[in-house]
Amino acid sequence: MSANAGIAIETRGLTKTFGEREALGGIDLKVAEGECVVIFGPNGAGKTTLIRVLATLARPTSGTVRIAGLDLQREGPAIRRRIGVVSHQSFLYENLTVYENLSFYSTMYDVPRKEKRIAEILELVGLADRRDERVGTLSRGTQQRLAIARALLHDPTILLFDEPETGLDQRAGAFLGNFLKTLTSGKRTVLWTTHRLELGLELAARVIILHRGKTVFEAAGQSLTIAELHQTYARCTEEPR
Amino acid sequence: MRRSIAMILAIVRKDLLSELRSKEIAVSILLFALLVIVVFSFAFDPETEALEIVAPGVLWIAFTFAGMLGLSRLFAAEKEKGGLEGLMLCPMERDLIYWGKLLGIFLFMMIVEAVITPIFLVLFDFPLWIPELGLISALATLGFAAVGTLFSAMAAHTKARDITLPVLFIPITVPVIIAAVKAAEAALGGEPFGEMASWLGIITAFDAIFLVVSGFVFEFVLEE
Repeated sequence: MSANAGIAIETRGLTKTFGEREALGGIDLKVAEGECVVIFGPNGAGKTTLIRVLATLARPTSGTVRIAGLDLQREGPAIRRRIGVVSHQSFLYENLTVYENLSFYSTMYDVPRKEKRIAEILELVGLADRRDERVGTLSRGTQQRLAIARALLHDPTILLFDEPETGLDQRAGAFLGNFLKTLTSGKRTVLWTTHRLELGLELAARVIILHRGKTVFEAAGQSLTIAELHQTYARCTEEPR
Repeated sequence: MRRSIAMILAIVRKDLLSELRSKEIAVSILLFALLVIVVFSFAFDPETEALEIVAPGVLWIAFTFAGMLGLSRLFAAEKEKGGLEGLMLCPMERDLIYWGKLLGIFLFMMIVEAVITPIFLVLFDFPLWIPELGLISALATLGFAAVGTLFSAMAAHTKARDITLPVLFIPITVPVIIAAVKAAEAALGGEPFGEMASWLGIITAFDAIFLVVSGFVFEFVLEE
């Protein structure tokens, strides 16, 4: 059995710099298969950069990253087959319909029994009756539901969420929260960055606070109350005066 | 291989369908090219001998600048909506994105050129049937698309993309423009195929070099 058995995501000394600016300053992270890890942090903490690197959208400056036991630098396409990404951007085409978007991505992911899978996934996110509407005409909340459908289309084992709740109203945010609960209770590994401490703590098996590209706090989700998390978050992300 | 082709065709289909609905690129390209042709046709006297010399240049000015308008939107629109990252997340080698986008813009430019060329021939008083022009257009447009797709992706990452694309694109494509103008001059003048063969050879060599190089470096261009 390999040393990586049971580990879905592993980074060692991961750094990412943009010119002089260090966005990630040596992240060591291990996420077990089926685990839900929530990352909190203020704007500019490096959350989005971390997700982008793990999603193979950005190349790390140094360090090693393994996703599902695969090397990020050499096995990008195989990693992309195993991950689903939802961010504040929908990755959808506004001039195409709901169905056309999913059909396009089904081809790109080589999804077997495409029509059946699209029908299933639309049912799952509650958009079965809107399949022929153009994405550009949908509300932000509905687009985000479709973005989740797109991310789940190829049945990935690892889900990377980068503040998917950004820009959603209360109703859409509540739907997303409830939907995430169903996802995190299943077989999938979830790494989720968010500003919503309450919801994050509710779903997380483990919480991490990132600040200025570094892990400044890490604990099991169940070991914290929401008051303690608020307190810890404020202390860890306090800017020097 | 079959899966790669399916992915490339899916990208082409998606781009054409999207453009068919928005007409964002089509209308601007077509109108611009048409305007150039019409304005120059009024500027030059069709009776003079100079017309045969300037006409090919007018045609390729129209194609070059109209093509650049299309290329400037090729990745910009994708990037604005996050569609480019959606493509980058797909489980494939990223050069397939290049081939898909290239094929899409090539087909698109060829359609525009197929509409513009007969209008040009009528306005500049040339015979309507000059098949060599089709070959010249296809080869030169392939070169434009090969370079333009790469630079369009590069420019999409910059804030001043409207300036970046022409600054990168025009100097590199000068050999193709010159060769296409010279070959078109021979074709419009009714000269035998041999007269334009060397120019077509230059365009073909350009196409081959930039198709290989662009496909190879495209992945690095996509990443910041």
